[in-house]
Amino acid sequence: MNDPKYTGQEFKVVGTRVKRPDGLDKVTGRARYGADMSAPGQLVGLMLRSPHAHARIKKIDASKAEKLAGVKAVITSADLPDLTGGNSGLYDTLENCMARDRALYDGHAVAGVAAIDRTTAKKALKLIKVTYEKLPHVTDVDEALNDDAPIVQPRYAQDGRHGNLINKGEFGHGDIDKGFAEADVIVERSYKTGQTHQGYIEPHACLASVSPDGTGELWVTTQGHFAYRNNCAQLLGMDIAKLKVTSSEIGGGFGGKTHVWMEPIALALSRKANRPVKMVMSREEVFKASGPTCSTSMDIKIGAKKDGTIVAARAECRYMNGAFPGMWGTLGGMTAFACYNIANNKAIGVNVLCNRPKVAAYRAPSAPMMAFGVESTIDQLAKELGTDPVELRLKNVAKEGTLAPYGPVWGPIGIEPTLEAVRDHPHMRAKLGKNQGRGVACGFWFNIGGQTCSDLNIGPDGTVNLTVGTIDVGGARASLALIAAEELGIAYEDVRTNIGDTSSLGHNDTTEGSRGTFSSGMATIFAARKAIDVLKERAAKMWQIPVEAVTWEDGSAHAVGNEHDNLSPLTLKDIAKKAGNTGGPIAGHHEATADGAGVSFASHIVDVEVDPETGKTTILRYTVVQDAGKAIHPDYVEGQFQGAAAQGIGWALNEEYIYGEDGRLQNGAFLDYRMPVCSDLPSIDTKILEIPNPSHPYGIRGVGETSIVPPLGAIGNAVSNAVGVRMYEVPMSPPRILKALDDASA
Amino acid sequence: MEVSLSGSVRDAVGGLASVEVEAETIRELLTRLIDRYPKLEHHPEEGIAVAIDGTIYRDSWETPIPEGSEVFLLPRIVGG
Repeated sequence: MNDPKYTGQEFKVVGTRVKRPDGLDKVTGRARYGADMSAPGQLVGLMLRSPHAHARIKKIDASKAEKLAGVKAVITSADLPDLTGGNSGLYDTLENCMARDRALYDGHAVAGVAAIDRTTAKKALKLIKVTYEKLPHVTDVDEALNDDAPIVQPRYAQDGRHGNLINKGEFGHGDIDKGFAEADVIVERSYKTGQTHQGYIEPHACLASVSPDGTGELWVTTQGHFAYRNNCAQLLGMDIAKLKVTSSEIGGGFGGKTHVWMEPIALALSRKANRPVKMVMSREEVFKASGPTCSTSMDIKIGAKKDGTIVAARAECRYMNGAFPGMWGTLGGMTAFACYNIANNKAIGVNVLCNRPKVAAYRAPSAPMMAFGVESTIDQLAKELGTDPVELRLKNVAKEGTLAPYGPVWGPIGIEPTLEAVRDHPHMRAKLGKNQGRGVACGFWFNIGGQTCSDLNIGPDGTVNLTVGTIDVGGARASLALIAAEELGIAYEDVRTNIGDTSSLGHNDTTEGSRGTFSSGMATIFAARKAIDVLKERAAKMWQIPVEAVTWEDGSAHAVGNEHDNLSPLTLKDIAKKAGNTGGPIAGHHEATADGAGVSFASHIVDVEVDPETGKTTILRYTVVQDAGKAIHPDYVEGQFQGAAAQGIGWALNEEYIYGEDGRLQNGAFLDYRMPVCSDLPSIDTKILEIPNPSHPYGIRGVGETSIVPPLGAIGNAVSNAVGVRMYEVPMSPPRILKALDDASA
Repeated sequence: MEVSLSGSVRDAVGGLASVEVEAETIRELLTRLIDRYPKLEHHPEEGIAVAIDGTIYRDSWETPIPEGSEVFLLPRIVGG
């Protein structure tokens, strides 16, 4: 249900639950995903991957593969010269797409093949002889910082610090030593979280075609086709304008499709073979060689006065970045204490390299792990103080005017209302039975804006084509059509939203950071307003009156002033019909850097039951409360809340990359990497709060990520309450729960 | 104005928590900081954001910085 308590604006169609425009195609199989496109003469591309966690590549002999009938191209790093111009991030991308002198993790690509069919391509892979020299490896984030740990990337090693420690991001304010000295109660604990994958249903897939004239096309499942275009063009020495990238329908991304993985290789194979090349990752490849999230290890310390005032907090979390540096620790450091007003706080996020795949973003990247440690510690602090954990959070909650731990003073924010909604929710008064426990936790995510442009074209019949460059990961087409309809004053059904390819619009940043509806929504509003200016001009021409005498209201031009009393309003359709005689096509366009994204907060409640015999946890009831700013299409917003909570439940209870002592991934398949399915979950209740973002015309904040932040902490608290033993490690899988129970009773 | 620094940005200026800079826009602010602290040179392209009175700007370098504003230099935020 919408809660209009905080909403100031009145809307006509925004906020309604209209039919989704992509629904029919998706349920009937008509929607075209990454693997659904074909081209005449296309080849099948496959990748040869390292079987070692860390190895020097001494030699690659592809001569037999190249001679195999049906093989049209083989490439190795020798075919991919370094064109990165000293850009270290881009060089990392190049090296991740294809190993150069060393394979850095199990599954690292070492060669690519394009052949006439899959059977031939697989035969060719077997004929490529790679001579490896195995090197010592490290896959655990704490072990990677041991003095004798092998150095994963010597080029990032710096004097005065461990070679695998890339950097530390430190945030906070006040004097934590002074704060802890003032505390009556201090709780200090250590926690760990496992590495998880976003687990999107659709694997990475693309169809690449490069012509001898240097132009190319890429059809691909991606969250950011403009970023893919730019990256691929830079890595392959192509002109950006000559590579057209079209985003397919996307079967989930959650951050994992913000980076290129095999797409530059598909283009390189196509260029070499002079034929289109289609590549589709297997599920094992997705696990081993795309971008999962970090595993972590952390130490949390929080101190409070007897009255419950938290006076000091410190967090240090080590984020396993895989074989290439990222900013994951930095983000964790920024988010750690964002929900609270703590006079003295310090959070340190440490980025550490290991012989695992390059980490990518995963829905509010880095925040869930830190929140697991912080929210678990706050519950233990409440226990020590003998106070209610929700009341303790409310007593210390961040509000408008609070200094955020990473710097700015908060504007209007929603953490206190979400906590109040949790406190007052009937869920909190439901009785619990034997072996059952309840947990609550809070979460924060920034949300972002970025470069955006959109095109709004009005057809001769008055229907509207809206073209945007942010791909639709969770309902953007419906939301943006609602926004266009709201502005123009027409029916939702009269607007069709399209995702433009890279040749049809200017650069759009990737759909990440919950920015799609915020940014493209803003661009759509201003494009529609520009179109309305044109519509008013055309109406003035049709009426032969000054444009200043024309207003736009409820989808029609109105002539104002007594002298125009005889003029009946002209609808958008009336004006569109005559566009050819009044100046030609009617359109609105807007391009901008959308800044001013509104931060978002959520509070969750969960009830669990733990079977003491098996250690299995059942989620009995789950409630999400989140501030959306403004819910444009409430069904989709609720879906985002539920989806994020479901992913968090999987992370909290079962999902985990398991590496053997040989440094190889042991569970690269859904049979062994246990994601929750429908039968594992209850219906997840949602409550949307709307505290408008003052920097957006409709008050929109992002909604897609925040609700993956609280589940780890909420479930950790619930399980701990159910079994009477504190859980310090995620996932809380049955063996881990049984071990905790055994350890406690020993 | 006083510009507060955090994260890797702070590392690039020798660990200072804040610096004094005169600037009317984000572009001026970054230019003057890089002039003074050359280690910041690659930060804008690698990712930097500026918070002015609580609003975070990632890309809009022409944004004016009103006198008396609270200004923070932050790492550029990404998401999933």
